[in-house]
Amino acid sequence: MTAREDILTRIRAALQDSPEAPQVPREYRAASGMGADELIELLVDRLVDYKAQVAVVPESDVPARIASLLEGAKSFVVPEGLDAGWLAGADGGGASRRRLDSPAEPLSVAELDGIDAVVTGSAVAVAETGTIILDGSANQGRRAISLVPDHHICVVKAADIAGILPEALRRIDGTRPITMISGPSATSDIELERVEGVHGPRRLDVIIAR
Amino acid sequence: MTTFLGMPALPAFGSGNLFAGESFPKAAHRELGNAQLRANLGHATHTIRDKRQAVVSELPDWEQLRDAGSAIKESVMARLPELLEEFEANFTARGGVIHWARDAREANEIVAGLVRETGETEVVKVKSMATQEIGLNEYLEEQGIEAFETDLAELIVQLDHDKPSHILVPAIHKNRTEIRDIFLREMPGADPALTDDPPVLAMAAREHLRRKFLTAKVAVSGANFALADSGTLAVVESEGNGRMCLTLPETLITVMGIEKLLPTWQDLEVFMQLLPRSSTGERMNPYTSLWTGVTEGDGPQNVHLVLLDNGRSAALADEMGRSALHCIRCSACMNVCPVYERTGGHAYGSTYPGPIGAILSPLLTGIQAEENNSLPYASSLCGACYDACPVKINIPDILVHLRSVDVDSKRGTKKVPSQMDLGMKAASWALSSGRNLGLVEKGLPLGRLAAGRDKKIKKLPGIAGGWTQSRDIPAPPAQSFRDWWAKEHRDAGGSPGTPDGGPSSTPSPETKEAQQ
Amino acid sequence: MRIALFATCIVDAMYPATAKATVRILERLGHEVVFPSGQACCGQMHVNSGYLKEAVPVVANHVAAFDTADYDVAVAPSGSCVASVKHQHPMVARSCGDAALEARATAVGAKTYELSELLVDVLGVTDAGAQLGSYFPHRVTYHPSCHGMRLLRLGDRQSRLLRTVQGIDLADLPEADQCCGFGGTFSMKNADVSSAMLQDKAANIESTGAELCTGGDASCLMHIGGGLSRQGSSTTTLHLAEILASTMEEPASVTGEVLVSTGKARR
Repeated sequence: MTAREDILTRIRAALQDSPEAPQVPREYRAASGMGADELIELLVDRLVDYKAQVAVVPESDVPARIASLLEGAKSFVVPEGLDAGWLAGADGGGASRRRLDSPAEPLSVAELDGIDAVVTGSAVAVAETGTIILDGSANQGRRAISLVPDHHICVVKAADIAGILPEALRRIDGTRPITMISGPSATSDIELERVEGVHGPRRLDVIIAR
Repeated sequence: MTTFLGMPALPAFGSGNLFAGESFPKAAHRELGNAQLRANLGHATHTIRDKRQAVVSELPDWEQLRDAGSAIKESVMARLPELLEEFEANFTARGGVIHWARDAREANEIVAGLVRETGETEVVKVKSMATQEIGLNEYLEEQGIEAFETDLAELIVQLDHDKPSHILVPAIHKNRTEIRDIFLREMPGADPALTDDPPVLAMAAREHLRRKFLTAKVAVSGANFALADSGTLAVVESEGNGRMCLTLPETLITVMGIEKLLPTWQDLEVFMQLLPRSSTGERMNPYTSLWTGVTEGDGPQNVHLVLLDNGRSAALADEMGRSALHCIRCSACMNVCPVYERTGGHAYGSTYPGPIGAILSPLLTGIQAEENNSLPYASSLCGACYDACPVKINIPDILVHLRSVDVDSKRGTKKVPSQMDLGMKAASWALSSGRNLGLVEKGLPLGRLAAGRDKKIKKLPGIAGGWTQSRDIPAPPAQSFRDWWAKEHRDAGGSPGTPDGGPSSTPSPETKEAQQ
Repeated sequence: MRIALFATCIVDAMYPATAKATVRILERLGHEVVFPSGQACCGQMHVNSGYLKEAVPVVANHVAAFDTADYDVAVAPSGSCVASVKHQHPMVARSCGDAALEARATAVGAKTYELSELLVDVLGVTDAGAQLGSYFPHRVTYHPSCHGMRLLRLGDRQSRLLRTVQGIDLADLPEADQCCGFGGTFSMKNADVSSAMLQDKAANIESTGAELCTGGDASCLMHIGGGLSRQGSSTTTLHLAEILASTMEEPASVTGEVLVSTGKARR
């Protein structure tokens, strides 16, 4: 008998008493019912709590904000599908700073390690938990680019903010490569006290475009 | 495919790091003697308790989420064979490869074989209870493969050649100064000026592991959840070491217990609200990664999953105990447990310490394995674990159930009954009728003779000596309530059991005597 | 109301004053108290120690003693024993396949109340000083026992009653929700851990400067009092019922042999 058959047989034997699968009570909140301003306010509060930096700007000011955040960066990477307009002010420090990552020409891990920052969009955000979800769409790129550089600049459109997690997950295709990000990397492994900044990007800048 | 034909099968128990090498009271005695350990644990568990309480109280629907989580897991157990097959079909369709392992040895061999196929001799690891349970690191080392733990706490434990003592924070028993000393001693190239400031220590770990992450070709992980309807796996973490391992290497090998399934994508919305708040006491953990088989151009292109039984099917066969498999490894139960807080995790022997370990380990191995029969007694049944459990595992009830399994397993096998057996038998007689108890109570005044002049008893023989090692016992009263009541109601002209005359009208001589 | 007293074995044998106090409180409220003489014990020591088979006759005896229409409600001055009657008895009956016993045990459980639960929920006591004449001019701290707190969900019933006792100086106990370490046979089987828990409980009690620690469970109080006594503390323990029963005319004594006796431990 293969291990597979053996294990399935064991499980069926263990369930000889035919326990019933209960109806799942889903009485928890399915939606927050929050308005647009409330959503932004809550998301900002949560992100700040995680020690992320947040700016709420009109969509037209996104390029200027990105440009100013990238001021100190010697280089930055963007995914192929990032809104080109967002980078309008970012090439001031010399167009050679900008590296493009595309499926056709992906950067190597070593190359990414030499890059200071990354700019991405996002799929959806969760106000209540301060979570930004990336799903690998063209404006977010593959997972490695938002991981290896030490500074992540992430643009969240106000329309993409959901109040609570169930609302956000409904907007996502679960079979895409997904990363849920809540603040910069952190650890609680020393005396259970939270310390921000370990292996993931140590600096997370969120730009909320309303 | 084989179908189960109704043949009663013997439970197939688990192996690996699931055993208490010595009885819990013995191990606890030793650990209690370590004042530093107790101080570290007390500080850490109190910190996390407060954080958890704060973020749990924030949610208006916490109880509804627990109810949903509990029902979803119950449903997973009831439908486990079909859900495993559904998951397998979906994961495989997306380019993942599934392997099944009956026990620890088989799982270790599969992983080692997969690593060998890549030609690599090093792997990076994301913290995983399943690989800890099967002793994967030790096995790989024997096979000439070096495994690098990348979670900060696992790294601390690995550098110190120690064992984890907590499922979330394996180095919870170490304080910052001890950790600094371990780094200075064991970490190649550690800065001699290293301080014990936690951010400084975290940065030292970053420096130490960075090169490994960027060059590793093979990663080994566990998984927090597996979604049957899509074939998706999830890892919940904080530091980004998980993302590094799950994203950068070419080959990813995940080892997961068969009970980790969730039926649907929608179920994730329940568990991703329950787990972070129960575990690190955060609204959400910094990073959660989800992958479904292989995604072209993003992440590992060689993706494997080892589905592990190792005693889970045996635990599932225990109707009273099977809900222990609902556990999502959040560690809330150990953080609130007064026993764990004082003994730490090593006293439990197994990879799974604390209240959940006290039921899970003997369920996975069978109650008669080594000293695991002492684990269900490692609880005062205070119930704090049940209240904290995000999936409502009734740990106290299962502890009591396993105690009876233990007692029953020894019935008729012992030549000489234990003191406890004899005491329980005698007490059963005395306490199963008012008349018998009344007879025993007639002897109470004799107990007064055992008491000293200060009317307290300081030393009892045998197992009762456990009591008097730190507590006195009051001298028994001259008369039981039962006797007093009968006399009172007889003297007042009523028959015993009627309330004629009451102690409220006049203070009885007995009351005075009792309060002399 | 006709109220059946379930004294519990430990109170019956070791702390008769607690049962007498319970009777006194209920009679003061104008109720009639009966004592079903067949009663002995709830059996939780057996159940919790794994001796389910030995628990069956104990449970059957309790059900037989209380399965009568001769009273309206039953009361016990113990959260733990009431929790056992309510939650464990039907389970024990089920374990030996006795459906009839299970049904009767469930019915008895439904009629059984812990003392503070009965006083607050059924008898409408909101002010112990005014309604019971409770008077206790001492500094007291209160330990809420685990089973009352977590199995019966007594909430603040006991502390609310205590707060309304005339003259009482109720001091908050730090880490009140932490188990005292008793746990029945746990205190013997895992005596070291139990003692470590007790040590912390005793230190918290001492830190309040209270003369005594009260609570709703005689077993936990015996454990706590035994520890305090062994450590040579002058702080003692006294059951909640005795504080509620204490009046200006008939004050409860705060020392005496129904409590663990005090004095320095000498070796």
